[in-house]
Amino acid sequence: MSDPIYQTEKLIAEDIDAYLDQHQHKSMLRFITCGSVDDGKSTLIGRLLYDSKMIFEDQLASLENDSKKVGTQGQDIDFALLVDGLAAEREQGITIDVAYRFFATEKRKYIVADTPGHEQYTRNMVTGASTADLAIILIDARKGILTQTRRHSYLAHLIGIKNIVLAVNKMDLINYDQTQFDQITADYRIFADHLGIKDFTAIPLSGLKGDNITSHSDNMPWYEGAALIDHLDAIKITDDETNSEKFRMPVQWVNRPNLDFRGFSGQIAGGSIKSGDLVRILPSGKTSKIDKIVTMDGDLSKAIAGQSVTITLQDEVDCSRGDFIVSADNPPEVADQFEATIVWMAEDAMLPGRAYAMKIGTQMVSASVQQPKYQINVNSHEHIAAKTLELNTIGVCELSTDKQIIFESYADNPSMGGFILIDRITNATVAAGMLHFALRRSQNVHWQAIDINREGHAALKNQKPKTLWFTGLSGSGKSTIANLVEKKLHALGKHTYLLDGDNVRHGLNKDLGFTDKDRIENIRRIAEVARLMTDAGLIILTAFISPFRAERQMARNLMQEGEFIEIHVNTPLEIAEARDIKGLYKKARSGELKNFTGIDSPYEEPQNAEITVDTTTMSAEEAAEHIVTHLLGQGHDNG
Amino acid sequence: MGQLTHLQRLEAESIHILREVAAEAEKPVMLYSVGKDSAVMLHLAKKAFYPSPPPFPLLHVDTTWKFQEMYKLREKAAQDAGMELLVYQNPEAKEKGINPFDHGSLHTDMWKTEGLKQALDTYGFDTAFGGARRDEEKSRAKERVFSFRSANHRWDPKNQRPELWNLYNSRKSAGESIRVFPISNWTELDIWQYIHLENIEIVPLYLSEKRPTITRDGMLLMVDDERFPLKDGETPEMRSIRFRTLGCYPLTGAVESEAKTLPEVIQEMLLTTTSERQGRAIDHDQAASMEKKKQEGYF
Repeated sequence: MSDPIYQTEKLIAEDIDAYLDQHQHKSMLRFITCGSVDDGKSTLIGRLLYDSKMIFEDQLASLENDSKKVGTQGQDIDFALLVDGLAAEREQGITIDVAYRFFATEKRKYIVADTPGHEQYTRNMVTGASTADLAIILIDARKGILTQTRRHSYLAHLIGIKNIVLAVNKMDLINYDQTQFDQITADYRIFADHLGIKDFTAIPLSGLKGDNITSHSDNMPWYEGAALIDHLDAIKITDDETNSEKFRMPVQWVNRPNLDFRGFSGQIAGGSIKSGDLVRILPSGKTSKIDKIVTMDGDLSKAIAGQSVTITLQDEVDCSRGDFIVSADNPPEVADQFEATIVWMAEDAMLPGRAYAMKIGTQMVSASVQQPKYQINVNSHEHIAAKTLELNTIGVCELSTDKQIIFESYADNPSMGGFILIDRITNATVAAGMLHFALRRSQNVHWQAIDINREGHAALKNQKPKTLWFTGLSGSGKSTIANLVEKKLHALGKHTYLLDGDNVRHGLNKDLGFTDKDRIENIRRIAEVARLMTDAGLIILTAFISPFRAERQMARNLMQEGEFIEIHVNTPLEIAEARDIKGLYKKARSGELKNFTGIDSPYEEPQNAEITVDTTTMSAEEAAEHIVTHLLGQGHDNG
Repeated sequence: MGQLTHLQRLEAESIHILREVAAEAEKPVMLYSVGKDSAVMLHLAKKAFYPSPPPFPLLHVDTTWKFQEMYKLREKAAQDAGMELLVYQNPEAKEKGINPFDHGSLHTDMWKTEGLKQALDTYGFDTAFGGARRDEEKSRAKERVFSFRSANHRWDPKNQRPELWNLYNSRKSAGESIRVFPISNWTELDIWQYIHLENIEIVPLYLSEKRPTITRDGMLLMVDDERFPLKDGETPEMRSIRFRTLGCYPLTGAVESEAKTLPEVIQEMLLTTTSERQGRAIDHDQAASMEKKKQEGYF
């Protein structure tokens, strides 16, 4: 049997230059180990360091000493002591933070993020996972899949780690039993499928005894896969960012040693670049060509994602820190309202609406986060209603920034969609976030100048255009009232159009379902259509639940000042539910219908609606009359 | 990023960190100790800002007890980089004649720990680069890249900011300062390999040569100048030695070696079984000594 460590040592002794050449060309793999205190995580890492000769004799001596003093392995070496660092936690016998360890094999250099498995330390695991290419999920073979296994797997998946190793540890304690290993693997596969983890590799091992760590264990002849280290050495790290056509570089620092040189420095966040490539500067939109890629060792012909470079452009263009240099024909999006997953990391809970500093790449902006659409239970992965996010909780929220930022969704490119939030008073990093998508696209769309303008359209109809935005619970009577209002306006000679669920869902929005993303898009399209129709001079009536303030605000922002009339059709839940004309509440209560507003999805009441009608005290006819009177009386429609 | 080697990835990460500080800090400085880690850090700074010189000065917190060859390289390295070199010596330690022979750990406390605090306060630096690495010692494995210090320079291991992706939060209140470690993720082997590859100038003491030595308390010490008080029966003896780490010469143990080239040094390092900090007397006091020193403000 050829022992790889022995081989390496031989090479070092006999031909150091050959060894250095080998070491120089190693790639790097960063991984995170997740497991609870009892899963033997520290022992496994200690074993990896020990077996790859990363422990020196003096460390070993102090390890042996410590093992006898505070170790848990009797007279044997307690590998865990090798990696448990700070004095406080050494006394408590637990790891309390993220620690980074290093070891190398013949093929790779490894950086291990060691994070605790404690309930309250979601923060640490997300931190450690943010830079990891791979996650090792540790399981105690005696216990199988536990709540924390689910939690760790969910977090690793959330942060976008595509390579998962299920390390079924302590096989020595179950007599290296294949049946139990197979059962655990099968259980995990069901769970992984449910979570959306496409693939994982299960390895039976013992960190304490060294089985299947660096070489195949004789204790488990039934296991046909690779030992842990062989697997880590061989795995291909998916490389979306490097392979992408989309060149992205956030400008970090402008290099200006003299008047003749103007370079832009940054770490490439996606794609590659070479001299002569056509690029666009964002947000200005100006284009130029790459002149040189400058380094101290001479100009480079090409640079790829991950490299820190300084580039010069062929033209004099304005560009400073926070700007981006990107592929000219394939630029990222620019927007100021987003949906994002947020991991809250501070003792003080999130305050919806408060302005936090947001750092994304080299952009620093002010961002306010809305009340969460829902919080995610990291153990069961269920969506739960929440008014805020507390320490170590995760939620999906909408946020808006004070100026437009350049971004891509985190799923497409983590370097372009990952951000942190900073408390402006304490300066603490309070949250990490991952952008999903923009709620309102604001790319560089140039408006077509039109000779007949909106005033012209409205003047011909002799009316002032308006959007009457009806909002309220399902069954509150929105459609009925809106229909009556349109009739009355029509009778008054007004040019109107009623947008309701059916006429929109059957055509324009027939590609949309009822996920949150689709709901937001549904409302966005309706708002845009309403905007165009007001430009055409019409009075628009919309009748949709539109449960979230953020979307109604978005619609309002699209309209001209004074043209958006929010009408709250106020019906208490119990009354709407008692009516239950379409039988939907019944279905929602029985669980047949998910995400139903008022039942398991919140309805955010308007705070400053222009008109509120209370359907418990007035009939639909009275409500419609009230609205029309209000419009006329308020001078909303005196044209 | 699979197309890059581990050294290229480490280099890119370090350069990113150096530039973030240059862009965001008000008054940064690079702590320069003339050792091999400082040499690599300085080299990375030159690369990060080329063709400009690094936009901050070098600061050496001097104890007056460094090896003569270190002082020589110090001046030259700063000049080559086109950077201003600031040298700070704690006036109180100077006045009291604090030295490693008579004052034990007080020597490190006053010259280094106190000296560093005084220097940062005197010049008003808000951010200081240091060449510490996570693989050096257990408590350093948990150190952040951006490490926050209170107004009195204390480090609180329980109150550090989470660091995600490559997003560093450098905001701070008045009086607070940040220590930034751009080579956190480099190992001793990476450092040596990079010095070799990039042909970085280092103090010749890292390579073996015949030098005057004595053995004391199990340590092999070099008699670097006439201030070394010899005890009865001690006569300097020429031995072929080199150093794995450099500090104050009376506190830095040498190893006997024939390694005269960098590859030979690396070869010896990989085949020996004594870890790097073993040569420094400072760590031997107690198990968690480094962590304690760090909380007090030692780098």
